[in-house]
Amino acid sequence: MTAPPDDCLARNEWICGAYLSSRRQILLDALVQHVQLTFLSVLIGLVVAVPLAVLARRWSWAAGPVLAVTTVLYTIPSLAMFSLLLPLYGLSAGLVVAGLVLYSLTLLVRNILAGLRAVPEETRQAARGLGYGPVRLLLTVELPLALPAAMAGLRIATVSAVSLVTVGAIVGFGGLGNLIYAGMNTYFKAQVLTASVLCVLIAVAADLLLLGAQRLITPWTRAARA
Amino acid sequence: MSTLAAAWDWLADPAHWSGDDGIRHRLLQHLVLTVVCLLLSCLIALPVALVLGHLGKGGALAVNLSNIGRAVPTFAVLVLLLLTPVGRWGEGPTVVALVLFAVPPLLTNAYVGMREVDRGVVRAARGMGMTGRQLLFRVELPLSLPLLLNGVRIAAVQLVATATLAALAGGGGLGRIITAGFNLASTPQVVAGALLVAGFALVVEGVFETAERLAPAWARGGR
Repeated sequence: MTAPPDDCLARNEWICGAYLSSRRQILLDALVQHVQLTFLSVLIGLVVAVPLAVLARRWSWAAGPVLAVTTVLYTIPSLAMFSLLLPLYGLSAGLVVAGLVLYSLTLLVRNILAGLRAVPEETRQAARGLGYGPVRLLLTVELPLALPAAMAGLRIATVSAVSLVTVGAIVGFGGLGNLIYAGMNTYFKAQVLTASVLCVLIAVAADLLLLGAQRLITPWTRAARA
Repeated sequence: MSTLAAAWDWLADPAHWSGDDGIRHRLLQHLVLTVVCLLLSCLIALPVALVLGHLGKGGALAVNLSNIGRAVPTFAVLVLLLLTPVGRWGEGPTVVALVLFAVPPLLTNAYVGMREVDRGVVRAARGMGMTGRQLLFRVELPLSLPLLLNGVRIAAVQLVATATLAALAGGGGLGRIITAGFNLASTPQVVAGALLVAGFALVVEGVFETAERLAPAWARGGR
């Protein structure tokens, strides 16, 4: 019998280079799953949130119920949200995505609606005076002016989604959360720390990417400040 | 629908309400964790926020703190704490994680509330000869109360959610009913637990909503 190797894995250290090199593929797979789940749910959330916010802006009676429902959804803790969706989706990636969509919906609808409401009435009237119809007004005046607020909401929703994906580990689809969950059960310190740090890095990278995108698509906000 | 009926049957079974794993004990645990940690977080965050807001310093810190709090996964922090020496004192990791995630919204909201007090009012109070302490307690604090209380409300909802997640890392509270349900592969129990947690969270939100309605007009603010 050979003596057990005396490396950082055997000593169960927090920071371990051998872990990174020997588990590269596992980490990469979890990372890809994490990013996919986040991207998909925020994208679906955005596709649903924009019409909801526009409708709530157009018919003011709809704003109250839409905001109330999304606030209630946001109050429900993530573990309970995923559990409530279990009978509908079973143990699947769809469950995690559906739960995350519901959360991002709240943040996105609130922010887009706030952005649309902040469009000055004079601007709207000026556009109408130039002969803009309601659709053209919405697409070329109101939505672009609501972009900064919408992008702020998108950034918050994305960062929150990255962190909430980890809870998906309860159904086996949690991206890096799976590694944290497995690492907890085996007291594997290097795995828990590495996966946690990667989670934060994804969140920061996504935030910076969206910030860059925001600057590219809303150049007038910088010009006004300068 | 049949799952909901099964979840309802699970909740209605008196055997599930008693004992250490029973709903009553878990509910109490959840309530105690939430209330104790809310008080603890307020004791830590509010004095710091009030002093920083009064002096007008550390704004970047106060605002960035809540962004950082959002980016760090609660579940990861719970597990990391469980694996550190803190993990050996029973509910230690849960309490530390709960406080860590409740402090940022408290701090940020209280700080922003202090800074949003009309500067003209502050200058008038100074002109009347108020000392720094009088200014803080008689002018700035009352005027920043609406935002400050909003922070307490956000923190409370956050605490309920974090306390639920603590069950994944072996902590107590209502989340345990859900995780036990997953381990038993019992969907009715999972859904029943989730209904309890969701109900608890909505009741907490409702309590704050009612308190806000009943509060005197000046504490509600003009927002």
